[in-house]
Amino acid sequence: MREQSLREQAATFGLSLEEFDSIVKILDREPNGLEAAMFGALWSEHCGYKNSRPLLKRLPTKGEQVLQGPGENAGVVDIGEGFAVAFKMESHNHPSAVEPVQGAATGVGGILRDIFAMGARPVAVLDSLRFGPLDNDRTRYLLGGVVHGISLYGNAIGVPTVGGEIVFHPCYQENPLVNVMALGYMKHEDLQSGTVGNVGNQLIYVGSKTGRDGLGGAVFASADLSESSSEDRPAVQVGDPFMEKLLLEACLEAIQEDLVIGVQDMGAAGITSSVGEMAYRAGKGVDLYVDRVPRREEGMTPLEVMLSESQERMVLTAKPGKEAELVALLEKWELDATIIGEVADHGMFRIIEKGSIVGDMPIAALNEAPSYTRQGIENAEIKDKRELPYTVNIPKDLAKTLLKLLANPTIASKRPIFEQYDYQVMTNTVIVPGQADAAVLRVKGTNKGVAATTDCNPRYCQLMPKRGAMIAVAEAARNLSCVGATPLAITDNLNFGNPTRADVYFELEQAIEGLSEACLALNTPVTGGNVSLYNQYTSGGKLVAIHPTPTVGMVGVLPDVSRHATQNLKRGGDIIILLGENSSELGASEYLYTEHGLELGYPPELNLNREKAVQQAAQRLIQQGLCDTAHDCSEGGLAVALAEMAISGQKGLKVKLKETIRPDALLFGEAQSRILLSIEKAKLELVKETLGDLPFQVLGEVSGERFELSYPSGALELSLSDLSHAFYSPLREALS
Amino acid sequence: MKVAVIRFPGSNCDDDARYVLAEVLGAKVNMVWHQEHELGQVDAVVLPGGFSYGDYLRSGAMAALSPIMADLKRFAERGGFVLGICNGFQILTEAGLLEGQLARRPQLSFICDTVSLRVENDQTAFSSDYHKGQILRIPVAHNDGSYYADDETLARLERNNQIVFRYVSEDGELTDSANPNGSLSHIAGIINQKGNVLGMMPHPERASEALLGSEDGLALFTSLLKHAQVLA
Repeated sequence: MREQSLREQAATFGLSLEEFDSIVKILDREPNGLEAAMFGALWSEHCGYKNSRPLLKRLPTKGEQVLQGPGENAGVVDIGEGFAVAFKMESHNHPSAVEPVQGAATGVGGILRDIFAMGARPVAVLDSLRFGPLDNDRTRYLLGGVVHGISLYGNAIGVPTVGGEIVFHPCYQENPLVNVMALGYMKHEDLQSGTVGNVGNQLIYVGSKTGRDGLGGAVFASADLSESSSEDRPAVQVGDPFMEKLLLEACLEAIQEDLVIGVQDMGAAGITSSVGEMAYRAGKGVDLYVDRVPRREEGMTPLEVMLSESQERMVLTAKPGKEAELVALLEKWELDATIIGEVADHGMFRIIEKGSIVGDMPIAALNEAPSYTRQGIENAEIKDKRELPYTVNIPKDLAKTLLKLLANPTIASKRPIFEQYDYQVMTNTVIVPGQADAAVLRVKGTNKGVAATTDCNPRYCQLMPKRGAMIAVAEAARNLSCVGATPLAITDNLNFGNPTRADVYFELEQAIEGLSEACLALNTPVTGGNVSLYNQYTSGGKLVAIHPTPTVGMVGVLPDVSRHATQNLKRGGDIIILLGENSSELGASEYLYTEHGLELGYPPELNLNREKAVQQAAQRLIQQGLCDTAHDCSEGGLAVALAEMAISGQKGLKVKLKETIRPDALLFGEAQSRILLSIEKAKLELVKETLGDLPFQVLGEVSGERFELSYPSGALELSLSDLSHAFYSPLREALS
Repeated sequence: MKVAVIRFPGSNCDDDARYVLAEVLGAKVNMVWHQEHELGQVDAVVLPGGFSYGDYLRSGAMAALSPIMADLKRFAERGGFVLGICNGFQILTEAGLLEGQLARRPQLSFICDTVSLRVENDQTAFSSDYHKGQILRIPVAHNDGSYYADDETLARLERNNQIVFRYVSEDGELTDSANPNGSLSHIAGIINQKGNVLGMMPHPERASEALLGSEDGLALFTSLLKHAQVLA
């Protein structure tokens, strides 16, 4: 048998033949195996964004609150008084599908390193998770594993997991989504960059030793999952939160002591991407002494060392003259610290082993992956689903429908999950999970609070990706507004199928347009994020792609954290008010899916001006101390939102709806731009004054221990215990 | 008035303890690295929560062998006040400063929740600002928190009034559902016979400010500061 040429093996490096040929042109010679592998890793979608880059350029990234936009380890926004928040979201979808515990754990570890690489102390984690139906064994295995992984990593390192979301849908059966968002606090002056700085600077490797784990992870994450993916298990790494805790403290101390000029996490594609990106940002070259890299195993080749994705490793650029001091500090934390490279003016990524050059590539070309603009075409089936008329009967017993919706795992209480996370460590958590639409943390040393949330309704995004993405941004901002925060900026995690398919590319393009439009309107620029493509699965010859899922992670600020709102009804006699307007829309609703098994129609319309007005009204009322109870209407509509307020406060209510629209739409439709408030009677007039000409209506009051909801053609009445049972049981039972 | 908070490499509630003592109550706090050999001049010591050495072995087992522990033992023998919270409680049992063991929860998973505690003994240096029978709302966050001791030890703890806190329902009853980790006899916190070393699984430092939902933990620290001052 003839040995394959390197070119013939291009695909094993994740390169197309055209890409291989362009590398030959760049180098003016054939690359060797190490070089081909390094190009392949950095030109993968995960590192090089080759299919998404032209589209990502359309996202708005500027704003006076933005201290650091996309391009660094994480985005950073100003929250005033010299403080800032670093935040970012990243996916660990493919690793979690293969090995849920470690896949999710290392997802947490990776995103935390991005935060402290910016000079910020991580203060919170949120998880946006997507699984198949809960009644399936594999789902319960994956869910249990992912939750355990997040719990063991986050709890041990001592960063609270304060929020997130979980959606269950068959499209995620084999390809779950694990998107982890983290945020950290910092002072403006501590802002770091992942840079190598100037010629002669020394690059210091710190953290775990390098092993063969995670080899080729970036390429793995940029290919379709297949039935043989479980054979890729060695591409999943194992996390060590204790090591990370040491790294975190050591890096923050080194920054405080002013010993570093650059900090970078070693994430996907390991040393290759971290050092490559740092050099690229500085416009410099690097001599990297691969034989100095601390190793876990003997006999590792340069390729294995350069592409290993062993966890808990960082690269620091030492401040000139401070190298020894820096190494001593790192060793105090019992960390391996080694000088592995030096900044050079040749512009090349030069890999040196025992004095000879084993790889030599231009830094710029490595970091400038080719980019592809494709023609997106909407899938005709989806267009039909959205546009063709449909009719559904109004169920006879709407009380039963309400209970069914509350018991839908996507809506039901996630307590059995979040109680496995330490959500209070660091003593900043003002609003704990399950109490409100967003998490709220205080900022010690100020009166301020920071709020965070993640959102995306994949059904909306499937039926109409642009509107779905707009709603994801709008809902995230609405959630922040409901706790009294002013939204500041977003990080996005774009989870899609294979972009070489015209219909998937269409979804990606439309979703990015939707994000752009909504972010511009709501003044929440994009400060960074992550693209996870190839989320599809071939099973028995049939291709299953996930719904497009552009997850939005948003942060906001509360000027006075003691003035915030939660969703639980608090006092009998309080007045319940609806901001915004009901509509007869039913399309793409959780109700259609749960009650009628239908996923069709137009997602609800979104008027961004109205949205902004409603949100600002809620923020104002809460920040002025006129309102301490708020909840947005989302999946399951008005009736589900009211029920959640009653359940979490364990208080009854009497509400009368007057609109003469079909009752299922009135109760369960998902019209946008609606927020429910509950306020003290004595404050009603002041509240009305503050609302001005914004559409709102008084719906009723907090009263007794029953849930009484009437509408023009009928009424429903339920006990708190029936509502609570429906809401709290499903996950508890599924996970026991 | 000086309190030492010991920092192990994997401590993660060390700053939370410091914050309550220093920022909320105005005490002077020294953060003491576990590699140190001397506590220095202090009036009380806190072993904070966390995962001292990663705790891949038994929780607290390796921390109990840290260099600082020798001086901590001498400090305790001299009658110095030592408070162990969560992982700190685990370290105290591993180090032999408190009796019994903290085993994994029977549910095998981590639990984070706010629970009700009943004050069983208000005559200790850690609980004198409470009154006996008082119900407190205090968070727990652990996996290895199921208190276990043999019958003889348990009887002695009862007899000597060494059980300071018990898990109860909101109305003060010893119901199974109120016990978050299957602890024997609902034990949430115990004190040594001499009355100067207390360990507890719940986190009073997380319940010391109204903004965070409960101030029920504060009296533990105010009690401690008062008594430590008298001793000093």
